[in-house]
Amino acid sequence: MGDNVIIRLQDISKKFEDEVILDKINLSIKDKEFMTFLGPSGCGKTTTLRIIAGFLEADSGQVIFEGKDINNVPPHKRQVNTIFQRYALFPHLNVYENIAFGLRIKKMKEKDISRKVHEMLELVNLKGFQKRNIASLSGGQQQRVAIARALAVEPRVLLLDEPLGALDLKLRKDMQVELKNIQKRMGITFIYVTHDQQEALSMSDTVVVMNGGKIQQIGTPIDIYNEPKNAFVADFIGESNILDGVMLDDFKAKFSGAVFQCLDKGFAVNESVDIVVRPEDVDVVPVSEGTISGIITSNTFKGVHFEMIVDIDNFKWMIQTTDYYPVGTRIGIQIEPDAIHVMKKSEYSGMFGDYSSFSDELERLSDVEQEEE
Amino acid sequence: MKKKSLGTKLTAAPYLVWSAIFIIVPLIFVLVYSVTDSQGNFTLQYILDIGKYKDVMLNSIWLGFIATVISLVISYPLAYIMARTTANVQRTMMILVMLPMWMNLLIRTYSMMIILQDTGIINTALEAIGLGKVHMINTEAAVVLGMVYNYIPYMILPLYSIMSKMDHNLIEAAEDLGANKFTVLKNIVLPLSLPGIASGFTMVFVPSVSTFYISKKLGGNTFSLIGDVIEMQFKSANNYNLGAALSLVLMVLIIICMMVMNRFTGEDDDGGVLI
Amino acid sequence: MKTKMTPLSKFYVALIMIFLYAPIVVMIIFSFNASASTSVISGFSLRWYESLLQDEGTMKALTNTLILAVSSSFIATVMGTAASVGINTFRNKRIKQLTMGVTNIPMMNPEIVTGISMMLLFIFCANLIGKKDALGFGTMLIAHITFNLPYVILSVLPKLRQLDKYLPEAAMDLGCTPVQAFFKVILPSISTGILSGLMMSFTLSLDDFVISYFTQGPSFETLPIRIFSMTKKRVTPDMYALSTLIFITILVLLVLLNVAQARGDKKMSNKLNKGGKK
Repeated sequence: MGDNVIIRLQDISKKFEDEVILDKINLSIKDKEFMTFLGPSGCGKTTTLRIIAGFLEADSGQVIFEGKDINNVPPHKRQVNTIFQRYALFPHLNVYENIAFGLRIKKMKEKDISRKVHEMLELVNLKGFQKRNIASLSGGQQQRVAIARALAVEPRVLLLDEPLGALDLKLRKDMQVELKNIQKRMGITFIYVTHDQQEALSMSDTVVVMNGGKIQQIGTPIDIYNEPKNAFVADFIGESNILDGVMLDDFKAKFSGAVFQCLDKGFAVNESVDIVVRPEDVDVVPVSEGTISGIITSNTFKGVHFEMIVDIDNFKWMIQTTDYYPVGTRIGIQIEPDAIHVMKKSEYSGMFGDYSSFSDELERLSDVEQEEE
Repeated sequence: MKKKSLGTKLTAAPYLVWSAIFIIVPLIFVLVYSVTDSQGNFTLQYILDIGKYKDVMLNSIWLGFIATVISLVISYPLAYIMARTTANVQRTMMILVMLPMWMNLLIRTYSMMIILQDTGIINTALEAIGLGKVHMINTEAAVVLGMVYNYIPYMILPLYSIMSKMDHNLIEAAEDLGANKFTVLKNIVLPLSLPGIASGFTMVFVPSVSTFYISKKLGGNTFSLIGDVIEMQFKSANNYNLGAALSLVLMVLIIICMMVMNRFTGEDDDGGVLI
Repeated sequence: MKTKMTPLSKFYVALIMIFLYAPIVVMIIFSFNASASTSVISGFSLRWYESLLQDEGTMKALTNTLILAVSSSFIATVMGTAASVGINTFRNKRIKQLTMGVTNIPMMNPEIVTGISMMLLFIFCANLIGKKDALGFGTMLIAHITFNLPYVILSVLPKLRQLDKYLPEAAMDLGCTPVQAFFKVILPSISTGILSGLMMSFTLSLDDFVISYFTQGPSFETLPIRIFSMTKKRVTPDMYALSTLIFITILVLLVLLNVAQARGDKKMSNKLNKGGKK
């Protein structure tokens, strides 16, 4: 990953009919970086991508490409290419001609086109497919053609708008690995849009979490997971118990009626804070040894672990363990200092992190809604 | 982006201008002519004169209506059969139904006249087997037959198109729930095919009511429909104002009929029923 | 569930087909009749075809009809395709509905009303510029374009709606200017709709009598108009010969159109494959 910035967004704002879609986005994208815009539908991630591609114009702010303002450069003159959500392959052209399309526009020699197309087909593992009709390809194959078509014109930056959204889970996982490999091999910048946090964490160098037209946090996948900036990020990335707490002093947090050692400092004395504890970081111990205790209200077997909802002081925690405890058991809880993450209060405080109404079914329903958008 | 889509919108401009001049303006002319006299002065005389043609008008609508209903009754089972058969047979039958439609109306009507005339093949055949002649030409029945013959493809096609799109599982589901064949027809097939019926109805009714050639050839000189009267005003009597007034009334009547029909079709912006 | 027809269904279908084709078959048979009778067959002969080919007036009318059909369907297809592209980008629902409403008028209005309304406009304009016999090729061309346009729009617009809305963006993304994107991507993708609009316009124009009847002048006679004036009197069987020829032409055209539509995609991809190889 190079250190020089290839694209900079400065104070980008965008409204659609009085609805603010993007609110002063500032962002630097480094050369050869794999960056992901992550957020729920309607958070502005696709809009940001389309502004970079040039399909949309920002109401205010600048897109800077290698130091030059490209606000007024039309899409066909930008050194960025896009993989569209439903691929947008040309239905009247076969695989070869789809990939050759951009090269023909550039008026390349037929010999060079042929060489390039074959090189691309090899890159995306579609050797021998050049004469196939687009309609005869599976979703995964269409996806590969779309990638080959965009990469054939040798863009500096590749924009990918939920490219794996239409694929089934297994294929999605394979393509994730493959995309990451392609990015490394080609040595170009990828800007990736997804609402799938697992996808974002496993592929990216940098994740940009967005919500409500604003950037919530920028960081490496590990930072984003371990050090979420606010309750929104903590909730959106993985599972979290988010509790109301008070910082009694440096390294000393009080929540759920008990005082815990932690690694955070620099808060005012007695400052109200949000506390994040990941379900897998909670240690289950006999009641007598626990700092706090609670009663199990439900327990679901998930394969690798059991997922329990535990009522502690009228707050429903999610806790994952590898041992089985029957519903109704009172268990003791212990939390190591490095498992506690303290966040400043934000607009999202109190909105997330309680599992009292949690059910798998609801979770799935809301996923479907997002995908249908 | 804004500029680009404005440019794209402009490609519709020639058509919009064209349709304003050659669709809207001519209709305004019809309106203006029907309320002015030959000197261009305002008058309601021609609109009031239409009362004289009340019988012709009602007779046209009545015959058009009968022709449409007969077409519907004949076409409905055919469309149902077509929609249920194999794809190859469907395609062949589509061509067979459409083929006469692309034949010139004048020629088709003229052949019909030849068949029906007193010395035509039907009567020749009837005589040969000793049944004697039946006078068929120059009757209202012949005109209705001509309408049905000429316009029935316009009934078959929309019916077929909607029935072929109908989910057969619905029929099976109804049978599964205990409905007999008649109940299935009445409660499932018929309601679902209403939009097809409505569009077939308009497509047969409108040309039937306004025809002038069919009535001329099959109805003889003693008999005229509203279309004949209008044609006469423009081609021989040279009374454009009366002709325009009659056209206006015809148009209004048909619009009323279509509005009634459109209540069945709901949204109506694809021409998919045409072919 | 697609099934074979029952005997009863077959019988019913056969009855309707007899009804539809009897007049046409009668006409074809009598076109080969040796005498001029329309009730008695007196032997096989091609004399009516010969006399048809020698009839200059009919041949001239045939040429006129073709000229009119080709030019009006071509102009209507170009204008209608452009219009569809524009209408497809209309976002305002009211304007869209209004446009489609106007588009539907020539299709839904009785032909006789469309015919006389245009006749009134043409005669009014002719009086304005003081020309006596304004009706002729020009006015018929305008009339035919006008009634062809809705059919073009209604076959092209659905194709545009079905297109992936990101296709033009994908083309521009790969270096096309907006104009190139239209000609290299959009136009080929909707070509089947354009073709069927063109074919429909062509046959409608070829076949039209009512609207032509009111917008024609003596200087330009088309086949349907000529048939009309011939059927006013007692007709000689050369008209049957003409009709038979027209019938066969249309039959061939329809079959070709159907085959072309079925093979359209395959052919196109084959052609492009060759292009890719060279």
